[in-house]
Amino acid sequence: MTSTQDRVAAAPASIPLTRPQLPSWAPLLVAVVAVAAAALPGLLLGWGLAPMVLIAVVIFVVALPTWSSAVEGSRKAQDRLAAALVWAGFGLAMIPLGTLMWQVISNGVPVLSAEFFTYSMRNVVGEGGGIYHAIIGTVIVTACAALISVPIGVMAGVYLIEYGAGSRIARVVTFLVDVMTGIPSIVAGLFAYALFVLFFGPGVRMGIGGAVALSVLMIPIVVRSTEEMLKLVPDELREASYALGVPKWRTITKVVLPTAMAGIVTGVTLAVARVAGETAPLLIIAGDTDSVNFNAFAERMATLPVYIYYSYMQPGIPPEFGQERAWGAALVLIAIVMALNILARFISRYFAPKTGR
Amino acid sequence: MAKSIDVSNLDIYYGDFKAVEDVSMTIRARSVTAFIGPSGCGKSTFLRSLNRMHEVIPGARVEGKVVVEGQDLYGDQVDPVEVRRQIGMVFQRPNPFPTMSIYENVLAGNRLNAKKMKKSEADDIVERSLKGANLWNEVKDRLGKPGMGLSGGQQQRLCIARAIAVEPQVLLMDEPCSALDPISTSAIEDLIHELKSDYTIVIVTHNMQQAARVSDETGFFNLKAAGQPGHLVEFNSTQKMFANPDNESTEAYISGRFG
Amino acid sequence: MTAVQLERPTTSRRGDAVFKALATAAAVLILVALAGVAVFLTLEGMPALQAEPGALGGKDNIVLYVWPLVFGTLLAAFLAILMAAPLSIGLALVISHYAPRRLAKPIGYLIDLLAAVPSVVYGLWGIEFLGPRLGTSYGWLEDNLGFLPFFEGPASGSGRTILTASVVLAVMALPIITAICREIFSQTPTLHQEAALALGATRWEMIRMTVFPYGRSGMISAVMLGLGRALGETMAVAMVLSATGVVTFNLISSVNPSTIAANIALGFPEASGIKVNVLIFSGLVLFLITFVVNFLGRLIAARGQIKEGR
Repeated sequence: MTSTQDRVAAAPASIPLTRPQLPSWAPLLVAVVAVAAAALPGLLLGWGLAPMVLIAVVIFVVALPTWSSAVEGSRKAQDRLAAALVWAGFGLAMIPLGTLMWQVISNGVPVLSAEFFTYSMRNVVGEGGGIYHAIIGTVIVTACAALISVPIGVMAGVYLIEYGAGSRIARVVTFLVDVMTGIPSIVAGLFAYALFVLFFGPGVRMGIGGAVALSVLMIPIVVRSTEEMLKLVPDELREASYALGVPKWRTITKVVLPTAMAGIVTGVTLAVARVAGETAPLLIIAGDTDSVNFNAFAERMATLPVYIYYSYMQPGIPPEFGQERAWGAALVLIAIVMALNILARFISRYFAPKTGR
Repeated sequence: MAKSIDVSNLDIYYGDFKAVEDVSMTIRARSVTAFIGPSGCGKSTFLRSLNRMHEVIPGARVEGKVVVEGQDLYGDQVDPVEVRRQIGMVFQRPNPFPTMSIYENVLAGNRLNAKKMKKSEADDIVERSLKGANLWNEVKDRLGKPGMGLSGGQQQRLCIARAIAVEPQVLLMDEPCSALDPISTSAIEDLIHELKSDYTIVIVTHNMQQAARVSDETGFFNLKAAGQPGHLVEFNSTQKMFANPDNESTEAYISGRFG
Repeated sequence: MTAVQLERPTTSRRGDAVFKALATAAAVLILVALAGVAVFLTLEGMPALQAEPGALGGKDNIVLYVWPLVFGTLLAAFLAILMAAPLSIGLALVISHYAPRRLAKPIGYLIDLLAAVPSVVYGLWGIEFLGPRLGTSYGWLEDNLGFLPFFEGPASGSGRTILTASVVLAVMALPIITAICREIFSQTPTLHQEAALALGATRWEMIRMTVFPYGRSGMISAVMLGLGRALGETMAVAMVLSATGVVTFNLISSVNPSTIAANIALGFPEASGIKVNVLIFSGLVLFLITFVVNFLGRLIAARGQIKEGR
């Protein structure tokens, strides 16, 4: 305040609209200088790429606000510092994504072959073998999990919106579903194990147990997305149906659910994508095996994530072959999960209620 | 403290869309200038261009000049932050900061420039601004309470207090009474009358009676046709505008034949 | 009038009743399942209270067995959140306020991609890429900051330390926290943001005056949920960490505390008899910790919503 008054007093005829400002190319200049300042000693002393980039970013984040502070004042300098920091943070967050993708692809692609997809690991020592049994296992376990979760999740969502709306039990369920999304996956695996031990005795391992464990993780996601989608269905649609004398349950099955279908399918696809990559619960209850097992109700069943884990951590002798297969399987698993994610976006975009059915 | 504004040949664009075309006018210091016109005619956009608030929307730009005391608001070295500091604004709906007390709301703008203010100095500013906004007597006993607890009209006067606390040159008001009841509206109108001895006030209103009551000069904005940019049809003293306008469409609008 | 039947046909009434019963049953089943998780874990975990030192890795009782694991779990998750929380808030700001509108959506997708990577793949990445690279910098930390207990060393060359595990956990918690924060940031009322700008605030001042106060409870709950994820994450830690189960704040040595989840994953496949019960008991402890953290996170979020609704 005082500063303004001083300024006005000093120059009563003029108001300060202009301030000294850095030219618009200032950030670029500082960036170039920072990169140069980091790369020069870096190349001379033979640092790696990572420290050089890090130092360049630090120089930029310090230098630009300092310069700005000298020319434009501290407020503008803070503004520039904040902007530099959030963008640097974005760059930092992209490092894991970039390096991870690069690693998986560069290590995984050479492994892929027809044999890799069509052979199991039965009687394989050293080179060769494949992930056929693990793919089958993942498909069976995930499909069973979806079979369990989708009816329960969708019906619970229907209850929360169509029947229980506003009631105490609905509020409790909504809240606990939220809390349930945070259950650690390994705890879900232990739960399935503890449940199955009661019926099958200690040491039980079977694919359906994995499906139960994954359902614990999947149901809350399905409930949430069903809830969100049903909320979007306009009440006018329901009333129009009631006005025609259609009973409530047929209104829900014939009008409400079809309208929300695209959204629900998107949610289910995302949920499947999420659980298809889960390792810990399957490690506990589905176990691992080298052979193909089509029966979810008996014996151990290999799945892709568990296969990756064992191939890498216990690769056998010599270790190269097992670890190579782990990378190949990781590439396949990521491809599956990404494909499901893209599919989900596709469904939500192209089958939205307005244009679809 | 008050300054006049010279606008010449101003075009305002949002991306490729031309929202306002070729506006020229002189807004006199220490007076109230009102803009009227049908909705979508660009009067609010034009008002916002006077303190570069329209730039909040990505892709917004202007061509032409807005000159305050010899300085073009859109000149090279001009800092939009400083422009807004000198040309304050009051919005359509009252918007006190919900997490701040009444006291802190008034000081919000001052705190930006002076982090450490003496308590006595801060108290002075709060009292002066709230008195200036005719709100002091109603809130002096509960300055620590949240600003959101006030009535709509009180909230709007709190926003005016907040705007004048930084002692701006110009005060822009974008339909300041449209969300208020008649009693609060008349309180704000009285306030506008008092404020014009210290400030240059520009007000957008959809209410022609209000324009007639509070303003010294009035500008009428209109669209040539749907999808066309808005333009300034007539700019005259309020008296002339409402008694004997130069332009036919102004007369048609004022007499209620369209709009 | 007799021709008009105001009574519904019995079939549709029965249909209504059945359908409603099914829906209610599904909702109740979820409650039962959640209770079941607690009940079955307790049932199978209780025998661990009588476990002998032989089944407890030489520890005298179950508390002494679980405590170092709890310590490791909390330490790793806490470090992860320390790194992830500020970064996530920055990322959320990039998406909601800094990036040009055309870029904001693709950036959001990129962050979501991080969430889609399976944890076992993060484990591979942690061992092969991150560990060795961080390992070299651990030597530097030991030499230059060795006077701090955290960097006492001796530095692990493979980099498979609790700090590396925390970095991996931070990357995994990042997308969750970012997603919630960006949702809340973008809901900040335009009115308030414009009010701040009209007072002559810079972008950063506007964010501090309006976006942060408005989103405070949402940010806290987002961090809590991220913490929940980091606490329960299993495979990445099990693979990256070379754990010996000690209690230490030394972050860069090859002697590291283990976490509950990783300990279960590593021990369970080979465990039998009472050892299984011991692991399930530790799982119960993990369940309770994450339940409390998630419960608080959701509670804070719900409270915040009620306040905003006013």
